[in-house]
Amino acid sequence: MNSWLQLGQLEIRERQGGTCEANNGFCPDWIADNLHRYVDPFLQHIFLTVVSVAIGFVIAFALALIAHRKRWLLPPLSASAQILYAIPSVALFLLLLPITGRGTVTGLVALVSYTLIFIFVNVTAGLEAVPKESVDAARGMGLTERQLLWRVEVPLALPEIFAGLRIATTTTVGLAALAFFAGAGGLGEEINADKGFQSNIAVAGALAIGLALVLDLLILIVQWLMTPWRRAAAA
Amino acid sequence: MAQGGGRMSLVLANVLNDFGGAIEFLFKQQPSQLDPNTEVGGISEMLDLTLKHLALSASAVAIGTAVAIPLGLYLGHHRKGEFAAINASNVGRAIPTLVLLTVFIAYIGVGFVPIMLSLALLALPPVLTNTWVAVTQVERDSVDAARGMGMTDTEIIRQVELPLSLPTIFAGIRVAAVNVVATATIAPLGSVDSLGTPIISGNVYGADGRLGAAIAVSVLTLAVSGALAALQRAVTPEGLKLGAGEPQRRRLPNLRRREAATS
Repeated sequence: MNSWLQLGQLEIRERQGGTCEANNGFCPDWIADNLHRYVDPFLQHIFLTVVSVAIGFVIAFALALIAHRKRWLLPPLSASAQILYAIPSVALFLLLLPITGRGTVTGLVALVSYTLIFIFVNVTAGLEAVPKESVDAARGMGLTERQLLWRVEVPLALPEIFAGLRIATTTTVGLAALAFFAGAGGLGEEINADKGFQSNIAVAGALAIGLALVLDLLILIVQWLMTPWRRAAAA
Repeated sequence: MAQGGGRMSLVLANVLNDFGGAIEFLFKQQPSQLDPNTEVGGISEMLDLTLKHLALSASAVAIGTAVAIPLGLYLGHHRKGEFAAINASNVGRAIPTLVLLTVFIAYIGVGFVPIMLSLALLALPPVLTNTWVAVTQVERDSVDAARGMGMTDTEIIRQVELPLSLPTIFAGIRVAAVNVVATATIAPLGSVDSLGTPIISGNVYGADGRLGAAIAVSVLTLAVSGALAALQRAVTPEGLKLGAGEPQRRRLPNLRRREAATS
């Protein structure tokens, strides 16, 4: 129990160098010499984000498909996801500590719970927005319910689904910066360790924002590849 | 089997013990772990921290809103800045709150003003986006009718577009306020007291204080969210609640989705 108390203690990192470092300034030389410190936290940040979004996607997508069939499940499911999302992330990381202990697992549990709302809301909205004519036409062609879902409804809902995935991913990159409260590491730990040092904030901050933008772009590319009919329509 | 059950109940007992200690911290003063002569926790300290938390959050939301609403009304009325207004929320989301806060700490300084301004910046995008969207969705007919009655642009914005946009603008304020109240938890990183103080100064407040503060912050955020939802219903003009708002209502599912997606 005492181990996680150390988190709040001031940690002064050993910093050698000239006046720039002493003044907590923005020092390109220090950054060039110390970039290697950020590799592991950055990889952990990517791991936390990708794994939580992947697990969150599986859970929320499955729940959305169930709610699509059994409509009465929709209000309670979306209300639960809303409430989960409303709990501040720092608090949730700490509330989970007595249950799941300190470490990556706790970070993942909290991050997964925040991705649910975006994916669930967008998948259900996307399925809802599928034109009735398309569904009727598919039924008329003799598609079974399962074929209807996977060949017509899900493909037509893809733009909304991808939109939810993008929001979930950028949000998770931001929340993962606070996962150090659960002892799960990530770029937030580096930021917190030396938060008055401009060089440190610049590097770790740029890596976090850059990660959000790159992942967003990657999802956009996957969406582009997976919806060729939209390109044909636009051309 | 029996052993597994025993271990399970032991874990459960530990969890209950942790949460029990945390709740006791909220209500009863106790000696600090760091210095036994200092008393921490208890209702009076938690109330004091809650008020500081709310004061910080309220100032930030007020400033963010005071900038975002006029800007959104102006841009929306003239159909300008669509790209900026719509993408403000997306850009805001891509900047981690911890980064936003520590950029202010490292580059401007610690203390109430820099931290409050960083939170105000966090509050700005959802209000701006919602204001812009709401104004541009006001029925063209309503604006034309107002113009036909001889209203100036300013009058149209204040007497037609603003009232009709209020529910959506308020949804944006609610999103902003919940984000700010949640993020004010890490304000003590910048030497500003809030309910996050027992979390950040874990060595002074101990494990119970840390968990107790986490519970308090969660309750406060849910309360603020609920209170603003009630207020949002209260500011909805009567005309929109009744059948008069039929055309508006047709668009609401879309807006609600946007609101849910940004909250």
